[in-house]
Amino acid sequence: MKKTYDVIIIGGGVVGTSIARELSRFTLSVALLEKEAELAFGVSKSNSGIIHPGTQNPPFSLKGRLCVEGNRLMRTWARELGVHFVEVGECILIFEEKERAALLQIKADAESLGVPGLRLVDRAWLRDHEPNVNPEALAALYAPSAGIISPYRLVYDLAENAVRNGAEIFLEQKVVSLRKENNLFWVGTESGESFQSRFLINAAGLFADEVARLAGIHDITIRPRKGEEYLLDKKRENLTRHLLFPLPTKTSKGILVIKTADGNPMVGPTARPTDDKEDLATTDQGLQEVLAAVQKMVPSIRREDIIAYFAGLRPVAGDDFILRHEHGVPGMIQAAGMQSPGLTAAPAVARCVCSLLAKNGLALRRKWFFHRHRKAARHLFTLPLGQAGKLIRRHPPYGDIVCRCEMVSAQEVRDAVHRGARTLDGIKFRTRAQAGRCHGGFCTTRIMKILAAELNLPPEKISKRGPGSEIVMADRDTGVFEAKDQHEE
Amino acid sequence: MKKQLTCIECPNGCVLTAEVKNGRLLTVEGYQCPKGETYAKEEIESPRRTVTSTVRTEGLGIKWVPVRTNRPIPKASIGAAMQAIQRVRLTHPVRVGDVVVANLLSLGIDVVATRNSE
Amino acid sequence: MKNNTVQHDCIIVGGGPAGMAAALEAAAQGVKDILLLERDQYLGGILNQCIHTGFGLHQFQADLTGPEFSARYIQRLHETPQIRVSLQTFVVRLTPDKILTCIKPGRMLTLAAKALILCTGCRERTREMIPIPGTRPAGVFPAGLAQKLINMEGLLPGKEVVVIGSGDIGLIMARRFSLEGARVRAVIEILPQSRGLARNVVQCLEDFDIPLYLQHRVACLYGRQRVEKVKVVRVDDSLRDLPGTAFFLPCDTVLVSVGLIPENELIEMAGVPLDPRTNTPVSPGINQTSFPGLFVSGNAFRIYDLVDSVVRDSACAGRQAAEYLRGLGT
Repeated sequence: MKKTYDVIIIGGGVVGTSIARELSRFTLSVALLEKEAELAFGVSKSNSGIIHPGTQNPPFSLKGRLCVEGNRLMRTWARELGVHFVEVGECILIFEEKERAALLQIKADAESLGVPGLRLVDRAWLRDHEPNVNPEALAALYAPSAGIISPYRLVYDLAENAVRNGAEIFLEQKVVSLRKENNLFWVGTESGESFQSRFLINAAGLFADEVARLAGIHDITIRPRKGEEYLLDKKRENLTRHLLFPLPTKTSKGILVIKTADGNPMVGPTARPTDDKEDLATTDQGLQEVLAAVQKMVPSIRREDIIAYFAGLRPVAGDDFILRHEHGVPGMIQAAGMQSPGLTAAPAVARCVCSLLAKNGLALRRKWFFHRHRKAARHLFTLPLGQAGKLIRRHPPYGDIVCRCEMVSAQEVRDAVHRGARTLDGIKFRTRAQAGRCHGGFCTTRIMKILAAELNLPPEKISKRGPGSEIVMADRDTGVFEAKDQHEE
Repeated sequence: MKKQLTCIECPNGCVLTAEVKNGRLLTVEGYQCPKGETYAKEEIESPRRTVTSTVRTEGLGIKWVPVRTNRPIPKASIGAAMQAIQRVRLTHPVRVGDVVVANLLSLGIDVVATRNSE
Repeated sequence: MKNNTVQHDCIIVGGGPAGMAAALEAAAQGVKDILLLERDQYLGGILNQCIHTGFGLHQFQADLTGPEFSARYIQRLHETPQIRVSLQTFVVRLTPDKILTCIKPGRMLTLAAKALILCTGCRERTREMIPIPGTRPAGVFPAGLAQKLINMEGLLPGKEVVVIGSGDIGLIMARRFSLEGARVRAVIEILPQSRGLARNVVQCLEDFDIPLYLQHRVACLYGRQRVEKVKVVRVDDSLRDLPGTAFFLPCDTVLVSVGLIPENELIEMAGVPLDPRTNTPVSPGINQTSFPGLFVSGNAFRIYDLVDSVVRDSACAGRQAAEYLRGLGT
């Protein structure tokens, strides 16, 4: 007989894994299905990593309330999971007197949501606390509770902790059919497997509308909004001390100067609607737009500072999050439209999902023991030299450097594989190997070899981000290449 | 008929102007050293190239040993040479200069290792 | 100085051609205590993957492959007892007073150098630095990485190749892919002339009928999981796109060969002033930095076309280090 789960979660981004972790506190059987080769490979991987304070949200919005609560919860979660969280604070800048009213409105709205510590600061404060900011900036709204986190590491750590507490995760399981029969959900995937459960949570990000449609729900439409982000060299780590925002527009928080958990400042994102849920291309216009916008706030940013870039898609479904029990399909919960501030709100969303489940018939009983803490991965580059030396003496492979730009050792790469990495991107997101200035020019072959050895795969099966993105197309030895004679006359 | 060539004997890359008749070199100008003259004659009458590649090892220190032809081979034979080199499996240690394929394609030219296998 | 610090007269960082040549010359000039640090398990640096010929015409009056060229230096190194080599040794920190922190499997060590020569080579400019817009699929390689995959690992990156930039590595790799039976569709160069040597244009492109598009640029990359095609546009003399000239080239592999950047992050850490444009030390003379006794040579000092010039100038760094040590009375 097939196992019947209490809950199946569709989608392995920050929303899905947060829900999985929260549910793993209870005596429930939980399965999470992800269509990609690894978790966080959808919307979450291109997140800015900002833990928003709750400013720039409409005063009575669901996302505003969940954002403020999520910001508070995230601190505990980060501590328990060993994820690096830094409360850096944010400044929303204005450059003209006539913008002051809008700034005051943002402050009033945020205060009504309960955002703590908001303060209007003047030019002199900015000069002292944010020396690289454009001296023409007139004033700013300072929100001290804004923070930064690594979005993908958060997802991996949430998932690892959920699994430790009994949740099951299935990768490369794209859901293609949903059926409800005898009070059970039957979930079919592209690989031909099927799963069944009593409750079902749709946290499918960009594809939440398609999953909803499989269940006969037609009032959710995800309209992707593309954001291009540009990463600057780590040498510019101290470019700013806070997150810098312009005044928000109707559709987005604007183009920002962002501090990241990895040290590289990031600038962006753009906000452009697209019809294509896989359109992750960056553009010349995007780059121009981002540079012009951030140079207004921090004039010393140069195009030459850029070392990497990417585009992500926000899963927009109207103005607010969709978080509801589906009365037409009892037992199904929608957690859709989680665009910004979805990362911040995730812990609060997870709690909210639990109470929706409880309200609709799922008994939540706490486990007698919940493994709240997770042993953090070791990262040589974050250790003081003395400690690094000790670690290397105890475990010699930590002294075998694979990635020279970011100082990542062979053992850290192996640790990442043991914690679930299957692809080069998975290694990069977990360890930062390949994320430095040479972009893997020096370390890709070594990482491929470690992945191949640890996963017992031939090197030509090692991929960037899953099937179809293999790094090489053949082994020379057994290769498919015919040595064509190009010189026959 | 006049023909322009770029000498590949050294990084100078001299541009040579050759007078060619019926596939034979008559005169050549533009070279800065005697190698240029020899190159022009060979390039017109029977062009040759040194081929380099790697061969697979079994149970040796490095997985692939780089190799080269010890002299240039006719351009027309490059494809066949690559295939012959591809078939080689090295099971015994080699040192720089050791013959890996003797008398390649009966050209009287050997393929030699260019790196020690250990 | 901490008491577990080991001092050497001359420490050289990097066991490629520059480091080996500098070490040998320092020894020849009478330096008795030389330590050469190499990150990899082998000496030779990037020459190990440069299996093509064209090396040593000046130094040895012979047309050698990269490994053959480096073997001659390795041989001489082994015959020079004043030089000690430490492999798999990675320098993580350098201070202004020439104290190095190194790690190797199982050990972290602190070394002090009276004279220090950095021969850390260079890295390739990447697609991200140009930058080329579009998607970020698998199949886009710095040319040197593709070279390593084929020559050192025996893996073939792909079958339909477009090369961006006509640097020597890109040209050499165009030939290498062709020899392996792949189809190289084009080499795209934004400048009006090839960046690589004329001999490489002849023997790597013309020999294989590979078209070289001068004054063209790749304007966009396409493909979701694997690269599928590139958009190519013609540019004018001021590198502006010419309208109506765009065309597409299907491919499964893109090699990027658009120049090299000296690797000088270590001396930067020590506070040595660098020219931000070239990433090389602001220098009063060849191989020098503004710190006395701290030298830089090879591609870390400036990008060279030929390894022959690298070893010639690196020998000069070895001589300067010896002179500096004599000045200290060592």
